[in-house]
Amino acid sequence: MSEANNAHNVSYLEYKGQYKGLLAWIFSTDHKRIGLLYLYTMLFFFSVAAILGLLMKTQLIAPGYTIMGPQTYNSLFTLHGIIMIFVIVVPGLPAVFGNFFLPIMIGAKDVAFPKLNLLSWWFYIIGILIVLTSQFMGDGPPDTGWTFYAPYSFRTPTNVLPAVFGAFVMGFSSILTGINFVVTIHRMRAPGMTWFKMPLFPWTLYGTAWIQILATPVIGITLLLIVAERLMGIGIFDPALGGDPILYQHLFWIYSHPAVYIMILPAMGAISEIIPVFSRKTIFGYKAIVLSTLAIAFVGYFVWGHHMFTSGMSGRALYTFSFLTFLVAIPSAIKVFNWVSTMHKGSLQMQTPFYWAVSFIFVFMIGGLSGLVLGSLATNVHVHDTHFVVAHFHFIVFGGTGYAFMAALHYWFPKMFGRMYDMNWANLGWGIFFIGFNTLYLPMFYLGIMGMPRRYYDYLPDFHGGNIVSSLGAWVMVSGIVIIFANLIRSARHGEKTTEKNPWGGKTLEWQVDTPPTLENFEEIPTIEKGPYEFED
Amino acid sequence: MSEEKHHIVSYRTHAFVLLALLVLTGISVAITQLEMGPMNTLAAMIIAGIKAAIVLAWFMHLKFESRFFAFMVSAVVVVFLLVLLVTFFDYSYR
Ligand code: HEM
Ligand SMILES: [Cu+2]
Repeated sequence: MSEANNAHNVSYLEYKGQYKGLLAWIFSTDHKRIGLLYLYTMLFFFSVAAILGLLMKTQLIAPGYTIMGPQTYNSLFTLHGIIMIFVIVVPGLPAVFGNFFLPIMIGAKDVAFPKLNLLSWWFYIIGILIVLTSQFMGDGPPDTGWTFYAPYSFRTPTNVLPAVFGAFVMGFSSILTGINFVVTIHRMRAPGMTWFKMPLFPWTLYGTAWIQILATPVIGITLLLIVAERLMGIGIFDPALGGDPILYQHLFWIYSHPAVYIMILPAMGAISEIIPVFSRKTIFGYKAIVLSTLAIAFVGYFVWGHHMFTSGMSGRALYTFSFLTFLVAIPSAIKVFNWVSTMHKGSLQMQTPFYWAVSFIFVFMIGGLSGLVLGSLATNVHVHDTHFVVAHFHFIVFGGTGYAFMAALHYWFPKMFGRMYDMNWANLGWGIFFIGFNTLYLPMFYLGIMGMPRRYYDYLPDFHGGNIVSSLGAWVMVSGIVIIFANLIRSARHGEKTTEKNPWGGKTLEWQVDTPPTLENFEEIPTIEKGPYEFED
Repeated sequence: MSEEKHHIVSYRTHAFVLLALLVLTGISVAITQLEMGPMNTLAAMIIAGIKAAIVLAWFMHLKFESRFFAFMVSAVVVVFLLVLLVTFFDYSYR
């Protein structure tokens, strides 16, 4: 190997391997390049699905037909949901920042199985392509919602098969990433990095990885059963053949509730990295955060029934699930207290990643508290399947995972690209986004309580006021997104170059390696003596 | 990896395991003849569980690996059983 192309002194962006051009990316087994592959794929599909959301909100700005009819609306919310869930937030932070930073943060050269890692990305892309064929073939785009509830999913004439099968294929990607991360964390920590010296982002990736491994197969089989039901009419879910449609809901949510923790745990991990760095203080209650992460991952398996309170489960199941749901709220609240206590009396650095992190706590709290309203049996009956639910999960998923993703992106951006973004534009984008976000989703709580159902293209005139506000909010929020993305994309290509190793003053390992990192991250694997957040020397 | 010990299981043991699996398969076919209602399913599940445990222990070498792996696998099985248990809070009381 020539001096100019050495794995120790050339950045991963410039390193020349076997292939050139695009091939050097899509066939790279470097965990950093794979992380960026996921990032670009996600930014693209997020933009597509956000436009779908904007079209739906434009339709809802007035009652009746505005820009589309019911069938179009139904297929839009289905595609919007499938993309946002399966393509964006489920792979989410682990696929992008986990791939990029997990090995660096634990002092390793790569993940345990680099080829498997690349295979995960390929499964992901192939799954997406299969899902997309559903939009263009024969019988029209699917209109079931991303939940594919039985028996409608095998009664509707639309193209459900490719959508379901594509989601099934993407599941492999998720499982393989999970296996890879579990083995990496068990086997590849640098000498001296004991479990309780490991930074919190890797910890949350660990909890998440177990959920990916154990829960994803359930949705895989369930989706295949939908395929079998459609093609062969085997009668597992079809009541007309003696099947049980509620069994479908059980199986679906046995995956999909833990899946919301796949989405939120790594988000919490990223926030737990950012808050101490921008407060210049040790994280408050490191062990409490670790244990609450594991507790959430564990208890999260047993609360799925709260999606089915009105479906006709037995009374005993109802209060069991309600009780367990309240239990899982406790570890989430513990984390909020930890973050707030970390900031208390810290010297706060008012910079873009910190704005995102603090606003994360704000919207996450609103989402979490509305979850308790939904977790109580009596109130759930009132607001189930209304816009209240839509508001709830957007506050949690978009407000939680989405904000944390942006926080992480603005935090790690200089390390990943070796360039800095324009802070003023970044802050402006954040401000507009934050105002738009709340204008868009807060009225949905009100509309839901007043009784406006979800998944309809039309509504009664009484709901007009709230919908006008909400739809305008969507436009404001999207303007914010445009500013943020434009700034980041421009900066990744033309931003001010930096080789500064530690622009924010972080203590974790990724801030000790080169900017951008070399192919093998470390010239010499470090030996760890201190904990990850020791700011007071 | 070089430091890892390779435990060689004898043909004899393998043959015994195979035999055990075949006998258990025979039993699970045989009990379908008995009329036990929902207990039939339970019996089939228990037999399948035993077979899986045998495969894990001998064919997949769990018996010869460090205890830690056995612990991890058991933890997963516990999660699975708890999920079943909670599901039956619905099905047993409808
Ligand atoms: C520009 C941004 C967004 C807008 C304008 C938007 C708007 C909407 C609207 C209008 C609905 C349909 C409500 C209904 O009639 O049922 C919806 C549903 C949904 N959205 Fe979003 N959303 C956005 C971003 C997101 C993000 C980031 C996520 C995920 C992280 C997401 C996940 C979902 C899901 C899962 C559904 C439910 C689909 C269903 O079950 O019907 N959305 N969104
Ligand atoms: Cu849930």
